[in-house]
Amino acid sequence: MEPIVVYSLVLSAVLFTMGMLAVLVRRNPIIMFMGIELMLNAANLAFIAFSRHLDKLDGQVIALIFMAVAAAEVAIGLAIIVSIYRYRRDVDVDAVNSLRG
Amino acid sequence: MDYIYLAIALPLLGVLVNGFFGRRMPRKAVGTIASLAILGSFVVSLVAFLNYIALEGGAHTVMLLPWLSLPPLEISYGFLVDGLSLVMALTVSLVSFLIHVYSMGYMADDDGYPRYFTYLNLFVAMMLTLVLADNLVLMFVGWEGVGLCSYLLIGFWYKKAAPPAAGIKAFIVNRIGDFAFLIGIFLIFWLYGTFNFTELRQSVETVAFAGHFPLTLIALFLFGGAIGKSAQFPLYVWLPDAMEGPTPVSALIHAATMVTAGVYMVSRMSFLYSMTEVAMLVVACVGAFTAIFAGSIALVQNDIKRVLAYSTVSQLGYMFLAAGVGAYWIAIFHLFTHAFFKALLFLASGSVIHGMRGEMDMRKMGGLAKYMPHTYWHFLIGAMSISGIPLLAGFFSKDQILFAAFTTRPDIWPNAGMVLWIVGVVTALFTAFYMFRQIYLVFLTKPRFDEAEIHPHEAPSSMVTPNWILAIGSVLAGYIGLPALFAGIIHMPNAFQPFVSGALAGGAHVAEAAHGAQELFKEVLTTSISVVVALLGLGLAFYLYQVRYGVTEKLKRAFAAPYRVLLNKYYVDEFYDSTFVQPGRVLCEQLSRVVDLGIIDGVVNAIAFVVGAVGQVLRPIQTGFIRNYAWYMGAGAILLVILLWLGLGAK
Amino acid sequence: MNVIELIVFIAAAALALIGAAGMVMSRNPVHSALFLIANFFALAVIFLLLSAPVLAALQVLVYTGAIMVLFLFIIFFFIQPGQKHAYVYSLPWQTFFSGILVIVLISVLVLGLYMGGVFTAEEHVQSAAMKVEELTSPQALGSALFSRYLLPFELTSLLLLAAMLGAVVLARKEKRDDREEKN
Repeated sequence: MEPIVVYSLVLSAVLFTMGMLAVLVRRNPIIMFMGIELMLNAANLAFIAFSRHLDKLDGQVIALIFMAVAAAEVAIGLAIIVSIYRYRRDVDVDAVNSLRG
Repeated sequence: MDYIYLAIALPLLGVLVNGFFGRRMPRKAVGTIASLAILGSFVVSLVAFLNYIALEGGAHTVMLLPWLSLPPLEISYGFLVDGLSLVMALTVSLVSFLIHVYSMGYMADDDGYPRYFTYLNLFVAMMLTLVLADNLVLMFVGWEGVGLCSYLLIGFWYKKAAPPAAGIKAFIVNRIGDFAFLIGIFLIFWLYGTFNFTELRQSVETVAFAGHFPLTLIALFLFGGAIGKSAQFPLYVWLPDAMEGPTPVSALIHAATMVTAGVYMVSRMSFLYSMTEVAMLVVACVGAFTAIFAGSIALVQNDIKRVLAYSTVSQLGYMFLAAGVGAYWIAIFHLFTHAFFKALLFLASGSVIHGMRGEMDMRKMGGLAKYMPHTYWHFLIGAMSISGIPLLAGFFSKDQILFAAFTTRPDIWPNAGMVLWIVGVVTALFTAFYMFRQIYLVFLTKPRFDEAEIHPHEAPSSMVTPNWILAIGSVLAGYIGLPALFAGIIHMPNAFQPFVSGALAGGAHVAEAAHGAQELFKEVLTTSISVVVALLGLGLAFYLYQVRYGVTEKLKRAFAAPYRVLLNKYYVDEFYDSTFVQPGRVLCEQLSRVVDLGIIDGVVNAIAFVVGAVGQVLRPIQTGFIRNYAWYMGAGAILLVILLWLGLGAK
Repeated sequence: MNVIELIVFIAAAALALIGAAGMVMSRNPVHSALFLIANFFALAVIFLLLSAPVLAALQVLVYTGAIMVLFLFIIFFFIQPGQKHAYVYSLPWQTFFSGILVIVLISVLVLGLYMGGVFTAEEHVQSAAMKVEELTSPQALGSALFSRYLLPFELTSLLLLAAMLGAVVLARKEKRDDREEKN
């Protein structure tokens, strides 16, 4: 396997983990969201690396579609954050726990 | 006549029009539409009748539509046109029409006027379905349909307490009979694989089912239905209570037509009954017993309509007596004449009640003949007809029933005929007595009401005119089916018997037997006895209520115990109440407490409790913190990956 | 892989890691966003190295150009920096458990790569030039999108439309609520 592919895959794993860390430890919903974006990008990186390894375009196409999905997700997610903010005047996700059982 | 279904369709049309638009139409229009619909039915039946005679063709079936086609089960909307169904259709539609016209006067001031006529039209449609159906299932539709209308009309004045209760009683008691009837129908299908009367008759008569027991069972179950619908002992108790309905309804449904459905059904199935002597004897005995039982109750009742109600039960008993001794055509003949004079009597009593502002107690009447002369004549003609005063309709039909009973000799009980005849004669005595007692109490003796307060008046012409037509029928209806004795004297052959006999089994032997000299002697003998008995009853009433007016009070004291038993109708209602109703109620209460509240609710509550408890246990997982959820999700995803690995490793 | 490529890759990877770490650790969301933008740029460079120039361009355009700008908009419009939060409740062990989970995750991923045989040195037989050329070509990607992947591609447009409508509906001020507040 080409070294660049290997490095990319390792980088992808590290970035994914860091994105997850952002989601788990940060309380600001916007930063959590950025973590999600980072995870998506890490996945994209893996896809593109495999695309290169396999010499096939499919990985790139999937990455492209991922971008569209990410864009849609951001639109919806930020809209939700905006409406929560409008409602609570606060951006702490721990304060939004009214679904508690 | 392929358009016979119009006879049913027209009243149904009336139902739709009056049911949906009746409240927005003037009253005159509602009544007129309803009456015209029934007149249409009558015309259709009449045309069918004339065609039937002209063609001299036998019975034929008019297929309208297939209904259920589940081979081998085939049920259709088919109508059987033969002598029997035509006689029934004519009687029903004619009497219904007259009663519709009468109702336009009687119900003129009632709030439920459109509703009343809607129900009445529906009733006629259902009754015609019942009599014209060519198979048992369609007949059962009509059977239940008239039961429904009966229930609706008994409870017509639903704001009062008694009518709805009476309606429910009628419905439930009928249900018992209908249950037996249904079992009978199912057994028929099980044995013969068909519901169609024509096919059934062929099967029964050709492959005469091995062993008479199943046949007898079927016949008895079917008769159970007839007992309920036609108010025979022991299920007669609903009919007297049914008098809570409007009087024209009592006349139409609970005297002239619906209650005779059982007699019609037994006659329609006569091919089956004639195969089983046991069932025949049961029918005859139940009929005879009901006749004398109800007749004896009628002797002392004080409510003008209740006397007539028990009289109806008694007359229906006569019809079953006739059917039970194999004289089906006479049963139908008596049904035919009875429809006229009993409808007349009820309508006349309705006029009395109308004129007396709702008073029904005969002890508070008297001397009404001068106030309402027409009604007096109507009642008198009806009473004479039902009592068997010679040369009126009731005389001919009742006389032939008694003669048929007299001459019958079933193999299993040769003397049954004599016993049945004696019972019938005693009943005839009762009949004449209670009818003329009623005449004297209502019309002839001194007024026992406050003449200053109540001003009895004659009914309007819309009520009087139909009664005159019925009165004419009560006099003349008997002449189309004269007994052999009279037919010979005035050279008027019996037209009724050959007309209906085609549809019946074994109807011929009674008249044929009468040709012998000895039979003629017997007929003269029984006829004479009938006449004597009728006059005796009349005379007794005359003596007790006219000549020695007031003597009855002494008699009541002298025979206090029997009088009380009769007045309370043998305590049958009380007996049923304590034997069936109260235990049933207690049982239901216990069931509702133990089964419903205990078991069913208990199970439901237990399930709810378990779900709740599980939820309580799992509740802490739902912290509401999105970061917790994210953690679970991540952990789950990792776990899934690890599991996948393990799975792959195993491969 | 020549030396220049390697140097570029290492630089880009370092930038990406720094960006990611900065994003996670910044207290200020604006800084987080800026760090993430740096990360995305670095990723775009790596995409180029992985012979995906179209995606590299799109990465810059879509992520940094559109998505991150949207983030910044939201932050600027709605959230004042340094806002004090009245913490209702914080999950005391969340960081600890998250750390464990993250360690497990990275172990699983690396172990996965290892067991998948990624690290085994394998002589790289490549009649490379041609293949890489095909991967690199925007034309090839375009024809793939409009032939084999036509349906998913079109469905993506539907998804974007739905997202747009959803965002409008969610973020719109409820008129009914306004009226009620006035009353």
